[in-house]
Amino acid sequence: MSTNTPNQTNQTRSGLEKFWDNIRALPSRFRSAAFRTGVPNTDRSRSSFVFGNLFLHLHSVRTHLWSLKWTTTMGLGIATAAAFLITLVTGVLLMFYYKPYPDVAYLSMKDIHFVVPTGRFIRNIHRWAANIMVVTVILHMARAFYTASYRKPREFNWLMGIALLAITLAMSFTGYLLPWDQLAYWAITIGANIAQSPRELTDALGMTQYFDPGGLIRLLLLGSDNVGPEALIRFYLLHIMILPLMLGMLMGVHFWRIRKDGGLARPADAEARLGELPTTSYPVFTQAPAKTYQLAAIVRGRTPMVGRGPEATVPSMPHLFYAELAVLMFTVFLCVALALISDAPLKELANPAVPENPAKAPWYFLGLQELVSFSAFMGGIGVPTIVMTGLGLIPFLDREENGTGEWFGGTGGWPVVKRAIAIGLAAPIFIETIAIRFGWIREWFPQVPQIIITLINPATILTLTYALYSIYLVKRHNSTRAGALGLFTCFLCGFLVLTIIGTYLRGPNWVFYWSPAYWPKH
Amino acid sequence: MTTNPQKQSRLDPEPIARRDFLGLSALFATASTLLFALLGMLRLPKTAVLSSPAKKFPVVLPDSLAVGEAFIPTGRAVAIFRDDKGVHAVSTICTHLGCVVKNNPQGFECPCHGSRFSTDGTVTKGPAPQPLPWLKVTRSGDKWIVDEGATVAKGTKAT
Repeated sequence: MSTNTPNQTNQTRSGLEKFWDNIRALPSRFRSAAFRTGVPNTDRSRSSFVFGNLFLHLHSVRTHLWSLKWTTTMGLGIATAAAFLITLVTGVLLMFYYKPYPDVAYLSMKDIHFVVPTGRFIRNIHRWAANIMVVTVILHMARAFYTASYRKPREFNWLMGIALLAITLAMSFTGYLLPWDQLAYWAITIGANIAQSPRELTDALGMTQYFDPGGLIRLLLLGSDNVGPEALIRFYLLHIMILPLMLGMLMGVHFWRIRKDGGLARPADAEARLGELPTTSYPVFTQAPAKTYQLAAIVRGRTPMVGRGPEATVPSMPHLFYAELAVLMFTVFLCVALALISDAPLKELANPAVPENPAKAPWYFLGLQELVSFSAFMGGIGVPTIVMTGLGLIPFLDREENGTGEWFGGTGGWPVVKRAIAIGLAAPIFIETIAIRFGWIREWFPQVPQIIITLINPATILTLTYALYSIYLVKRHNSTRAGALGLFTCFLCGFLVLTIIGTYLRGPNWVFYWSPAYWPKH
Repeated sequence: MTTNPQKQSRLDPEPIARRDFLGLSALFATASTLLFALLGMLRLPKTAVLSSPAKKFPVVLPDSLAVGEAFIPTGRAVAIFRDDKGVHAVSTICTHLGCVVKNNPQGFECPCHGSRFSTDGTVTKGPAPQPLPWLKVTRSGDKWIVDEGATVAKGTKAT
């Protein structure tokens, strides 16, 4: 029986025998129905492996070797997406036990921590993946900036990236309230009042009773006039539904645009720089491709495909996908390892009468909190808005072409970045030293109107210093790219210095201490 | 506007074709409907009735309360003082970012960003943009009614 193939004996076999044959053929038929293109071992099957798959077809069928170089991206974008996937999976697991109601929420966190099997481990992974996502999204932005990858035709994708950065931070912030411990409660109280801080400006102008955007935002965010059950359920809804949906949608657009913008940015002479191409992957397209695209028609801008063969490309399956899988696995490894080493914190139950002292936001907001300690509006809303706007404008102001796709490419290059690091570190340290040593305007002139402090404080002076320095760079190097290099480097350095001061050097009552070891005991 | 009668096509640059006009009107109507629907939907999360506890509450001051000493009712962010001129209440919610300030003999101190206030609520240090507000206090028999929702001018004392 087993030696007979169905074809040979189709006429003579009984219905029952044919039925048996069909059962035996079930696995292979199911496989060929699910994976219609077969084993991806030729150019054609590798191509159809990509565009025949819903999840892979965001990638192009072939990938340029320059994009696969480790130094081109360092895998930071994929690591960010991987961290998001990890938070998604662990977040859904945590939702099995989490109850979003004050006090009960805290008890369910205790359950997750002490009772639920693997609960603490999963929560740790969730927390570490969220932190890693913030780090990688910032580094990914820095990579895109320093390789001048935001330039035409990728301006829109740079904007998408900035939106994704903002949503990532919002995801972290909304997740921060959910444990309903002291840290959560007071960080959200501060956050909600930062949202209300346009009042500082409208109060100073005497128009709050007619026009109060700050109060409206706070009311929409908290659903009440204090942080209570309404606020918790709103933050929960934002954290598990609204923001992840927005993030997923924009991620889709972000990835799709990479392909539509002609792949990753690379130098015009990328092929020459790659040197001798590996012989194993060439010649390409030994078989006639099953599909052809008029690439010139569907991809904007100058593509290397026009007028030339796709010489320096390799099939995305396996080269790109295996690289992506490696980054995914490394991210998973990092999250799991950190989760085993360090537990996510859980303080005592939220107490609306006694603030945590010091009440600190998550580390990536401590730079902002440092600025907020001079002026709520400028530090919390004014300067971040200016920074975000500045970042968004960069690709529309820098219309130069030299150095695209190269690290520290463009006019100025690494020497400008080096000097900008010095200025970017020195300026905030200098201003902070003055503010910490001698205080600020209120201590010198107690009667000074608030509007003066709102306009003249370390946050605005720092922003102005950075802006003037980059305008000077534009003038000196006769290049917008040089100014942008200076501005972005200063922004990163300022973020670093302020975050370190906020994290390590501020103690109870936000007083300066050289180390937490000197904090007063109480 | 001169048009070539030989090339009557929809692609010709006319002032605005009838179909284009109707199409644009339809698009505009759709966009404005969706915009107003979105604004209307924002009415739902804008809370009309706040669930927070009543702003007005009665308090009995202990006889032992000395002049300059603050009485802080449990669960309320209010410091109540009594002297020979009467009783007054100062809110202890920092005007900077809403932390609860701590009372000490010199005045008030905010744990979150280091704002300091004198005993009458005036800002002496730090980022607070406004002084701590004085709250309305009224007498009702041997009790004092404090209204967290109503502020009075600094120096107003209830007798």
